[in-house]
Amino acid sequence: MSAFGTVVHLIYLGCASAFVIGLHLMNAPATARRGNRVSAAGMGVAILVTLAVLIDDGRINAYAAWALGLGTAAGTVAGLVAARVVRMTAMPQLVSLFNAVGGGAAALIALGDHPATTQAEVTGVLDVLIGALTFSGSLIAAGKLAGRVPGRPLVVPYGRAVSVVLALLAAVMAVLVIGFDGGTPALWGAAVVALAAGVLLTLPIGGADMPVVISLLNACTGTAVAMAGFVLGSTPLIIAGALVGAAGAILTKLMADAMNRPIGAIIAGGYGTGDAVAVAAGSGSAPVREITADDAAIQLAYAGKVVIVPGYGLAAAQAQHEAVALAQALTERGVEVTYAIHPVAGRMPGHMNVLLAEANAPYEQLADLEESNPGFARTDVVLVVGANDVTNPAARRPGNPVSGMPILDVDRAKSVIVIKRSLGHGYAGIDNELYTDARTAMLFADAKAGLSALLAGLSTYAR
Amino acid sequence: MSPLLLADLTVFTLALLVGFEVISKVPPTLHTPLMSGANAIHGVVLVGVLLLAATISTPAGYALLAVAAFFAAMNVAGGYVVTDRMLAMFRSRS
Repeated sequence: MSAFGTVVHLIYLGCASAFVIGLHLMNAPATARRGNRVSAAGMGVAILVTLAVLIDDGRINAYAAWALGLGTAAGTVAGLVAARVVRMTAMPQLVSLFNAVGGGAAALIALGDHPATTQAEVTGVLDVLIGALTFSGSLIAAGKLAGRVPGRPLVVPYGRAVSVVLALLAAVMAVLVIGFDGGTPALWGAAVVALAAGVLLTLPIGGADMPVVISLLNACTGTAVAMAGFVLGSTPLIIAGALVGAAGAILTKLMADAMNRPIGAIIAGGYGTGDAVAVAAGSGSAPVREITADDAAIQLAYAGKVVIVPGYGLAAAQAQHEAVALAQALTERGVEVTYAIHPVAGRMPGHMNVLLAEANAPYEQLADLEESNPGFARTDVVLVVGANDVTNPAARRPGNPVSGMPILDVDRAKSVIVIKRSLGHGYAGIDNELYTDARTAMLFADAKAGLSALLAGLSTYAR
Repeated sequence: MSPLLLADLTVFTLALLVGFEVISKVPPTLHTPLMSGANAIHGVVLVGVLLLAATISTPAGYALLAVAAFFAAMNVAGGYVVTDRMLAMFRSRS
């Protein structure tokens, strides 16, 4: 290896280390931002060094240089603009979109490379199949999250039969590439098959399962990038791809566990509509106790310890600022306030934490499932805002759709106030036994309006 | 299997294990920035696109290269900036 080659390799090693150290620093809120910057610095160096390699190599022709330059410039601008203007509630679809283009770029690398060795053929086929599937799958997922594609599970006619045919076609293309030197045309065939498979796999998956789906697609992109690294013989791609693959795999498992649903069943789809069904207030079978905003405000004001349980309804109503304002007002009165956040409270892993952080909630007040549950018995008032299935005590009994799902033990608190638009069902489609509990009072309102009314009540009646 | 492939496989497997080890320590509070940051890291695919550029010499190849560069640059630039924006919001009680 030439001296230049050795130096380049050592610098790549440094960059890969920066990715690992960056991810390591992400394990605490205080160091996470620094971690991301370490990772970004490693990335910057890796790109500059590769540019130096490209110039040193000297084989690139003028047209390719222009294509590369223009594409990179346009992509950078598009990425920066999207990153700057996105609202925090729209974060899941943006992450999904970046995931799609990463997978797409990985697939295009194998399509542009002419496989010469068996190794390049095998990894090239894998790269194209996984990358193209992730590309179309992530775009559909982003569309569902953004509301451009219906969030309900879309049933594809003969979906299963078509899946089997696509899997067979993918295998045929793989054999053509690897066994018969089918080269680039067969790889394109594989790409088309995988694009169709990505759409077909994502369409039937319901809105409630989105946190699992985008985690899984994230893992797929990582794997595709690692495969592109095998095709090109490039270590940084292999390492970074493996790291992302691991991250996606862990999050997928955590999310599936938090919903107590096997990953296979989620991919099979058909569960969770994502579109709330509006049922008129008070139409449930068992009696519920209603409370006015003013009474609820007084109850909160004279509590010692209050836990706020935010759910998807809060995110949908963009009421995070009102929730934090209420928490601040209570804290100023000397009430101990924390937030109990279920792992699937948002539309992607950890989404609710980002929304609350945006509204300036101190991260010491944000507690996860394991941290929150022991404290509910000592809690005077739990304020549930737009959360449903994750608080249903029925989950502790076998034989219903939420059985075995880890829940927040809200019903162990001394009293519970639920802000909800109606008695409509959650994704699981069953009655929430919490609402008919004697200690529970319902405040029928949209999350934003309900929280504002509580805040107003607090300043009027409890000075 | 060639020695080169074996070396690559070794690196891949070890990186996967390191990834599991490091990432399983990240608290749920930071899962969204983690995913977004990991997303930015797979923007390293831009390095692959740069390496690919040296071998391209057909009009169809140029088009493919431009699209790949667009995708990869969007991934890497947007991914890091949006992660930084999110993490800037995680504040301690002050």
